[in-house]
Amino acid sequence: MQLFPCPFCGPRNEREFHYVAEPGKTRPDTTGDITAEDWAAYLYDTKNEKGPVREVWMHLTCRELFVMERDSVTMDVLGSKTLRRTLPAEGAA
Amino acid sequence: MSGRRLSQGGLIDRSRLLRFRFDGRDFTGHPGDTLASALLASGVRVMGRSFKYHRPRGLWGAWFDDPNAVFNVRLRGDELPNCPATTTALVDGMQARAVNAWPNAENDLKGGLDLFHRWLGAGFYYKTFMWPDWHLFEPSIRKMAGLGAVDGKAIDGYVADQLHDDCDLLVAGGGAAGLAAARAAAEAGYSVVLADDHPTLGGSLYQGDEPIEGEEPQAWVAAQVAAIRAAGGRILTSTTVFGLYDHGLAALAEDRGFARAPRLWRLRARRTLVATGAMDRPITFADNDRPGVMSLQGAAEFLGRYGVLAGQRIAVLSNNSHSAPIVARLRAAGAEVIEADPAEGAPRALGGKRLSGVQIGARKIDCDTLLVSGGLTPTVHLWRHAGGKLDWSAEKAAFVPGAGPDHMLAAGAANGTFDLDPALAEARAAALGTPHATGASGYRVRPLWPQPGSKGRQWIDFQHDVTLKDVELAARENYVSVEHLKRYTTLGMAADQGKTANMAGLAAMAAIQGRPIPEVGTTTFRPPFVPVPMELYHGTRRGQAVNPLKRLELEPQHRAAGAAMGEYGGWLRPAWYGPEDQSAITAEVQAARQAAGVFDGSPLGKIEVMGPDAAAFVNFIYYNTIATLEPGHIRYGFMLRENGLIFDDGVIARLAEDRFLISCSSSHVAGVEAMLESWRQDGNDPDRIFVHDTTQHWATITVTGPQARAIVAALDTGADPATLAHMTLTEGRFGDSPLRIARVSFTGDASFELSVPASRAADLWQAVLAAGTPLGARPIGLEAMSVLRAEKGFIMVGKDTDGETMPHDLGFDVPRRKKKAAFVGDRALQTEAANAADRRQLVGLRVADSGTVLPTGAHIVTGDGPQRSIGFVTSSYFSPTLDRPIALALLESGQQRIGDRVQLRHLGQSLSATVTAPCALDPEGERLNA
Repeated sequence: MQLFPCPFCGPRNEREFHYVAEPGKTRPDTTGDITAEDWAAYLYDTKNEKGPVREVWMHLTCRELFVMERDSVTMDVLGSKTLRRTLPAEGAA
Repeated sequence: MSGRRLSQGGLIDRSRLLRFRFDGRDFTGHPGDTLASALLASGVRVMGRSFKYHRPRGLWGAWFDDPNAVFNVRLRGDELPNCPATTTALVDGMQARAVNAWPNAENDLKGGLDLFHRWLGAGFYYKTFMWPDWHLFEPSIRKMAGLGAVDGKAIDGYVADQLHDDCDLLVAGGGAAGLAAARAAAEAGYSVVLADDHPTLGGSLYQGDEPIEGEEPQAWVAAQVAAIRAAGGRILTSTTVFGLYDHGLAALAEDRGFARAPRLWRLRARRTLVATGAMDRPITFADNDRPGVMSLQGAAEFLGRYGVLAGQRIAVLSNNSHSAPIVARLRAAGAEVIEADPAEGAPRALGGKRLSGVQIGARKIDCDTLLVSGGLTPTVHLWRHAGGKLDWSAEKAAFVPGAGPDHMLAAGAANGTFDLDPALAEARAAALGTPHATGASGYRVRPLWPQPGSKGRQWIDFQHDVTLKDVELAARENYVSVEHLKRYTTLGMAADQGKTANMAGLAAMAAIQGRPIPEVGTTTFRPPFVPVPMELYHGTRRGQAVNPLKRLELEPQHRAAGAAMGEYGGWLRPAWYGPEDQSAITAEVQAARQAAGVFDGSPLGKIEVMGPDAAAFVNFIYYNTIATLEPGHIRYGFMLRENGLIFDDGVIARLAEDRFLISCSSSHVAGVEAMLESWRQDGNDPDRIFVHDTTQHWATITVTGPQARAIVAALDTGADPATLAHMTLTEGRFGDSPLRIARVSFTGDASFELSVPASRAADLWQAVLAAGTPLGARPIGLEAMSVLRAEKGFIMVGKDTDGETMPHDLGFDVPRRKKKAAFVGDRALQTEAANAADRRQLVGLRVADSGTVLPTGAHIVTGDGPQRSIGFVTSSYFSPTLDRPIALALLESGQQRIGDRVQLRHLGQSLSATVTAPCALDPEGERLNA
C-alpha cells in the first residue's frame, strides 16, 4: 500500500486517489478539423514510461487535482504539486 | 528405534501433560510442544503421505520449512484443514489426522499409486487424459491428489482483528541478530517493533550449546527482552511478518491460538530489518524422502527447543561447517552419530517406512535416522517482497541480499552472516545506521547440487512430489526458464511455496543446462510468506460491511408502509410495497397511471455547478446544448466520455444565469462529480467554476400521474402547479423550509419532483400521502418505476446502454450534427465506427399479446445461415397498463428493422418478436399535459 502526498492534505493511503491523466496533453480544438489519427493519439497514446513519471492524480477526499512525480520502477514518490497556477491568498475570503 | 523425549532440556514444561490423538491413536505431549515435536517424541515416524504418489513421509524440518507433516486438526468441534504439524502448538484434546491419506498415514490405501510413478511424471495429465475430454477425468484426479478436506462448517467468531500502527524500525525475526538490533535501536531512542513467529524468542540459539556473549542462550535472550522493553520497544511473539509492501508497509499475522483468526497488523515502518535467519537445504539423492531423513538443523531445533532426540543411531550427511556443533550436541544428548561425506559416492536411503540405513558409494551405514545438511539458504523472502535484489555468493553457495531500497536492511544469517559474533555486530550497526564491514566468514561449504542423469528417484519438491527426473523432463521439453519450470512441474507451488525445493530446483536446471546458478535465477518471491487465512484480509469487512449501503432519510416510513427494500446502485431503496412482488408492482403501476404514484427519488443526483464560467462549462460537459437553456428551465441530456460513449443521462436545470443543478443517475453521483472536477481543474479556471454535490442534503419526492397536479396543489407551497409547464422549475415553501418543484417526467404522465432539505423529508412524505391517498395515490417502488419508464421507452444508463452506446444510437442525433461549440466526446461521434450503418440501436420488441415476457438478455439472432447475435433484450416487463409484455432491446440497424419479425435465442429456447419503436405507450405524449 503506497502513501501519496496530496499537496493540500499531506500523505494519504493510495486508496484515496484516482489516476486522472498524463500531464501536458492538450485537448485538440474540436471546433476545427482533427484527423482521426490526431484524435486517436489524444485519446489513447500514453507514454507509459519506465522510471520517473509525471501524472495527474485526484485526491478523492478533497477532490483536488495535482501533479505527482514518482518512479514507476521503484514506486518511490518523488514529489507532488498543485495544478493551481495561483493559490488563494491565506486568510482571503 | 526412532525419536524419544529426553529427561531434560528444551523449552517445554514437563510438569504438565497434554493429551491428543493422531490418526486414531492416543498420544501425550507437554506445553511448549508442537504437534510435530510431541509425535516425534512418541516415536512416530510416518506423519503424512505425499501429494501425488502417496509416499510415506516423516518430518523434514522443525518449523515453517517442513513440507511433509500436514494435518487436519479438530479441537472441541472446530476443525482446520492443512495445519503444518511443525508450527501448530499442541493443545490438550486435539484430534489430528494426516491429510491425503486413508485410513491413516501409516497404512494409506492409495500407497500403491507409487508403483505407477513411471507414468505419472510432470504434466502427465496433460498428455494422458486428452481423449475424449480432460474434464471427464479431472474430478477423480483432483480427488486422488491433494491436501486436507474442509468440513464445511464455519468456526464461530472466526474474525480477524486488523490493527494499524507505525514505527521507526521493524525487526523481522527475534533470533540473536534481531534481538541485538532491536535493543540497539530502542536504546538509541527509535520506536521499535520486533516480531518473531515462534512463541519463544531466540531463533536458532537453542540449536547448539555455545554461549552467546558469555551467557546461556535463555539468559541472554531474557536480558535482551528486558532491555528492549525498558527502552520502550515492542515485542510481538507468535507473529509472522508475512509480507512487505510498497512504502514500508509490513503485514504481520499474530497467532491468537488454535481456531481463532490471527490478528492482522498493518505496520508502516520507516525502516525494516530482515533478520529472518537461514534454512538448511536438503541434499538431492535417491529416496531422499524416506521417513527418517531429516534436516540437520531441524533435528537440532527439536533437541534444543523441545528436548526431543530425533533418533538413536544417526548418520549425518553434511557439506558444511555448520554441522560440527550440532553433531557434538547430538552426541552429548546420547545419540550414536556417524558422520559421512556426501562426496564419498552417490547416497541412497535404504528401507521403506522405516529408514534402515544409507548407502554411500560402496559404504553402507546402518542407522535409524539420516540427518542431512546441504548448506544454509538465507531466508530472503521478505527482502525480495520489498524489491531488494539478490547477489550470488560463490563462497557461501547461496543467494544473499544485494542492493535494496534505502529503508530495507538485512543482518545475520538472513544476510549470509552465519557466524554469531559478526552477526551481532552487523545487526547493531544496521539498527543504528552506522557503517560496518562484516569480516571474513568462518562458514565453510562445499557446493553440492543435484546431479542430473544420476540414478534413483530423487526428490526436489517434497510437498508437490517433484523429482529430479521431472526437472529433466521439463528441460527436455524446453521449459527451461525457472518460471516455466515452476508452472510445468508445479515445483515450489505447494503450500510451503518451495521453501526447501526452490534452490534445489533451480540448481538442477542450472546443472542440466550447464549454466551458472545466478544466471538461472530465482522465481519471484511473493507474500504471504506462510499461508494465512483469507479472514485476515477482510477482517470485519464481511457481509453488508464490505460495501455499506447508502440509506434513505425516509427508510422508516417505507418500512412502515410495508416496503420490500432492495439495493439499487448502492442505495437501499423500496423495491415495492407489499408482501408479494408481482401483485404489488401491478397495483403500483396501475395506481400511477390511473391516479398517482408517490416515489422516493432522493438518491437522484443533485450536483450544483456555479460561477461566472458555469454556463460555458456545462455546455462543454453536455452533449446537448445547455447554453441556450433559460433560468427556470430544465433540459434532458447526456454526458459522454471523450470516446463518445454515454457516461450518464439526466436532466439539468438552470436555477440562475450562473447556477445549474445536475440530476445525474442515482448510482453515478460520485463518478459524475469526479468527472466534473477533472474538467473544472484541468482545462478551466477553477476559481470561476464551483461544483458542489448536494445529493444527500435534499430529499426528493416525486408525484406522478393524472392526479399529481391536484395533490401538489393541495400542499401549501405558494407555487401554482397548474401554471408550471413541463420541463420548468420553480421555488416555493414547505412550511418554513425552501421547496423546489421541478416538472419533469420519467413516466410519461405529469410529474412533479418536490425537493426539501433532508430533515423535512418525513413531513413532506406525510403531507403528500395525506393529500394523495383520498385521490387514489399510493407509494410506488423502484420496480414499478422501471415498468412505467419502460412503457415509455425511457432508458436506464447501464441497463439499456452498454459500453458501445452513443447518443445517436438512442435516437438523439441533433447535437451530433448541429452543436457548434466543443463538447466532451464530440470528435469521437464523427469516426467511422460512430457512423457505421450496423450500429446497435434502441428499439422496442413486441410479442403476441398472450405471449410470455421475453427474458432480459435474450439474444436476437439472424434468421438464415449460421446464427449470429445481432442484439439483445435490455429491459423486459409485463405492462399492466397495456396488458401485454413490453421489451426494449439494442439491435443492429434497429431503426431500419422496425416492423420486422425477429428470432430470439435464450438458453436453448427459441422465441420471436416484432421490432417496434421504443415507446409503447402514448407516443404522442398526450398524457403529459392531460
